[in-house]
Amino acid sequence: MNYVDLFRATLPETALEIAALLVIVVDLGFLRRAATSTRVAVGALLGVAGCAAAIWAVYAAGWGSLSNGSYVVLAAGGSAAVAQVAILVLTALTLLLFIDTGFTRNPGEYVAVVLMATAGGLLISAAQDLLVIFVGLELLSLGLYILTAFAKQSGKSAEAALKYYLFGGMSAAFLLFGFSYLYGLSGSTNLPRIVLGTYIASTSGAAPLLVLALVMIAVGLGFKIAAVPFHFWAPDTYEGAPAPAAAFIASVSKVASFALLISISHAILWWPSMLHLGGRLTVAVSSPGAPMPHYTPGIVTAWPLILMVLSAASMVFGNLAALAQSSVRRLLAYSAIAHAGYILLGLAFFGWTNLSAEAILYYIVTYGLTTIGAFGVVGVVERATGSDKLDSFLGLQKRNPLLAAVLLVLFLSLAGIPPLVGFWAKFNLFAAVLAVGGGPIPFALVALAIAFSAVSLYYYLQVLKRAYVMPASDESPIKAHPVTMAVLVLITAAVIVLGCFPALLQNWIASFYGM
Amino acid sequence: MAWTIFISFAGALIAALCPKDKPAVARWFALAVAVAGLAIAVTGYAAGFGQGRQVFVDALWVPSMGIHFMLAADGISRVLVLLTGIASVSGVLFSWNVELRTNQFFAFYFALIGGVYGVFLSGDLFLLFVFYEIAIVPKYFLIAIWGSTRREYGAMKLAIYSFVGSAMVLIGLLAAYVTAGSHSTTLAALASAGLPVSFQMWCFPLVFVGFGILAGMWPFHTWAPTGHVAAPTAASMLLAGVVMKLGAYGCLRVGIGLFPHGLDPWGVSFIGIGSWRDVFAWLAVIGIVYGALVALAQTDFKFVIGYSSVSHMGFVLLGLMTLNQIGVDGAVLQMFSHGIIAGLLFAIVGRVVYDRTHTRQFAELEPMHLSRRLPFAAWAFVFAGIASMGLPGFSGFVAELQVMVGAWQANPWWTIVSGIGIIVGVAYIWRALQKAFFSDTLPTPRELEVEQAHKFAPITWPEYAGVALLGFCTLAVGLYPRILLDQIEPAVRTLLAGGTQ
Repeated sequence: MNYVDLFRATLPETALEIAALLVIVVDLGFLRRAATSTRVAVGALLGVAGCAAAIWAVYAAGWGSLSNGSYVVLAAGGSAAVAQVAILVLTALTLLLFIDTGFTRNPGEYVAVVLMATAGGLLISAAQDLLVIFVGLELLSLGLYILTAFAKQSGKSAEAALKYYLFGGMSAAFLLFGFSYLYGLSGSTNLPRIVLGTYIASTSGAAPLLVLALVMIAVGLGFKIAAVPFHFWAPDTYEGAPAPAAAFIASVSKVASFALLISISHAILWWPSMLHLGGRLTVAVSSPGAPMPHYTPGIVTAWPLILMVLSAASMVFGNLAALAQSSVRRLLAYSAIAHAGYILLGLAFFGWTNLSAEAILYYIVTYGLTTIGAFGVVGVVERATGSDKLDSFLGLQKRNPLLAAVLLVLFLSLAGIPPLVGFWAKFNLFAAVLAVGGGPIPFALVALAIAFSAVSLYYYLQVLKRAYVMPASDESPIKAHPVTMAVLVLITAAVIVLGCFPALLQNWIASFYGM
Repeated sequence: MAWTIFISFAGALIAALCPKDKPAVARWFALAVAVAGLAIAVTGYAAGFGQGRQVFVDALWVPSMGIHFMLAADGISRVLVLLTGIASVSGVLFSWNVELRTNQFFAFYFALIGGVYGVFLSGDLFLLFVFYEIAIVPKYFLIAIWGSTRREYGAMKLAIYSFVGSAMVLIGLLAAYVTAGSHSTTLAALASAGLPVSFQMWCFPLVFVGFGILAGMWPFHTWAPTGHVAAPTAASMLLAGVVMKLGAYGCLRVGIGLFPHGLDPWGVSFIGIGSWRDVFAWLAVIGIVYGALVALAQTDFKFVIGYSSVSHMGFVLLGLMTLNQIGVDGAVLQMFSHGIIAGLLFAIVGRVVYDRTHTRQFAELEPMHLSRRLPFAAWAFVFAGIASMGLPGFSGFVAELQVMVGAWQANPWWTIVSGIGIIVGVAYIWRALQKAFFSDTLPTPRELEVEQAHKFAPITWPEYAGVALLGFCTLAVGLYPRILLDQIEPAVRTLLAGGTQ
């Protein structure tokens, strides 16, 4: 590893950091006396340009992974590249939604923090080393705490940020503690090596310690993806954070965290081939995509079991709690918890062909896209009515028909109604789970997931009912900024088109694996 | 025939863009779309005589999962597409007086119709499911926005029941797809995949109940009466006319077509019930009798028709469970017949009567002497009522007779018990006829004064046209059932022979 390699492998992150610095310099250096709206627009556009440059850099990096001697530090291509491009596109969309907001007088700082957090997200989606993972996670998390608190006039924003920060700090401690055990057990900070090392350690009687380490890590990462029971921050943060920041947390941070979980699951599943290479013992390798054999000890059985428990709890609790919400942001938060539950199911039954990784990425990318749109609509309604309660959506079809149509499509997609993209995401994911894991347990969990997505239709319809069915108390039209509207219509069109032609996105994702 | 789907969805999109303040534009546009759909259905039907299964479109939709965009039709599909065409035209005619958000009404209406056409024409299990789900959401909005009595409750109940049913179907579908080896989702490929008998044994009831919920299968029928009562006229016509058929069609095409061994005997029998076939047949029989008895006790005119739908759909399910040629023929014919007759009944109750009297309670209708003040409504209802009772010369007679004969061949007790349902069927129509139109009491002078002061609006031409269209269909099929049976019989024969598609 030399610095040229390092520079080339981290080109996207570098592009984002440069863009972040540029935004601050332009904003504070040249635009101090300009109107806030100008500063917001310039900042957002520079940020979008930075994202575009980073996307170019992801492609230009040429899939050369960064390795330290024999092990890979930053992966390239495959899942990592898909997640990175998705993160950058979603970030650009949230930045465009930022243009029509007035919660801050410091737009330069806001955009810079968004870009730096995004850089953290890029790092963890490619990282194969515990230290890089931790640095990337902290870069992302610190950015998110600041973004949550960015509406300085709002008490809710400050409260949400403090809760988020306290929970986040604690979960980071858990994560680090778990990492230290893993290092102690395996003597390495590299994911594949750890898996190999822990296997040997667990045969020599260190298995309980390994399970403890995995539980610690599950606490830390479960917090990032808001899985039950580590979800307490999510409703408050979604409710208190400024709308574009909430959209960022709900989409970009989720994509990055799930990309990290994919790397971990992937590393765990590569053990049979590595054991072959190491020549320490012979293992009967079952066919690719077959369920994990029962006789394998340690990490290979403990990790999916932990994920299964988190998954079932998140699906059940998230959907049931969402039924009782009166605030649309909190409703979206609980629905996010439920969606995290579905995705965790895919991770629990992870196949070591690309099937599972592709299905999970498909889900999380389309979910991120849809949820940004949902927060965009909530943001517009909130600015017009001053609240995000269900009743502030009353009569939306009369007050702004286009916005109501956008809401209809996005929420139906979240509920998984065909032919919208959310349906294909669910179908893809569940088909992958059943293809990987045979037997009654995965089947029962998939049945549970489908049953609870039937439940979820109820609360999505509660919002749509107010927009379309119930009469408006106030019929004055709601106006939205043209850029916001354009972004929302673009997202809606993508949800419909990708839903009608699901192979488009599948092929795009699959194209990253061939290289 | 594939164009029926595309025309309907295009119609939905354009209707949504029609000017809000000019309902007449939306109306005439809607009628044109519906008539175009019917014309295609009729020509497609006429061209289908003597043909087996026709494939219209077959393109690979999602290559990685083997999902095809495949539209195909055999005799059963063609009959139901024809029914959908007729129901959609008459539905537009009977919603001529919708003034509130007319353009949106027809947008949702055609989204629903497009989904229904799609289900009947799908040759791919997955595509069928997609269309099936597309049909759910517009139903919710049609009822919740334009409905009457407890509309939000009725609409939500209907949406949740449908979605739970489709969730069960989706579970079964995923399981079948994975068990068959995840190569292809066309109905033909899945039917010939040789699914293990033990798998079919548990997957069949799951899928059958999932579709059966929408077919009004007892005890999962409770959405039907409340949904029908809450729905605006056109929506209740479509609900009873075609949406319940979606469920029955799914039971036949997917349940029986893909999992025929699910109906095999279990090997043990308990009080005479030894297979899923017995279970569902008895549920159907209970539905027939229960629906009829409950209809007899209603005080709301529309609830009578709502429960009668449950009863008549019981014949469809019973016919399917006979698993013999004549019984299944009868079931498909009953789907068509009930679609027409229930549509006519709902149109009379919901549009012709309710929109003028603004009540459906028998107690309030009785003193109104409608036979004198709305003679057209009264005689149209007599006509529809006779058809619903199953008198010879009407489509219901041919259909129910075939089901009864088929049931007798399978298990005479089914026929005997469901015969009670037919007798009660005469009674509740009779009772409704008397209470609503032909009451015994003479009008008091005071009532005559009120009548003079509040004359009902005259019957409009769309109402005449709609009643004439539906009445003609039930009479034509009743007098010359071969017009449908010639297409149904060969299709049912191949389906029962196991070479499903």
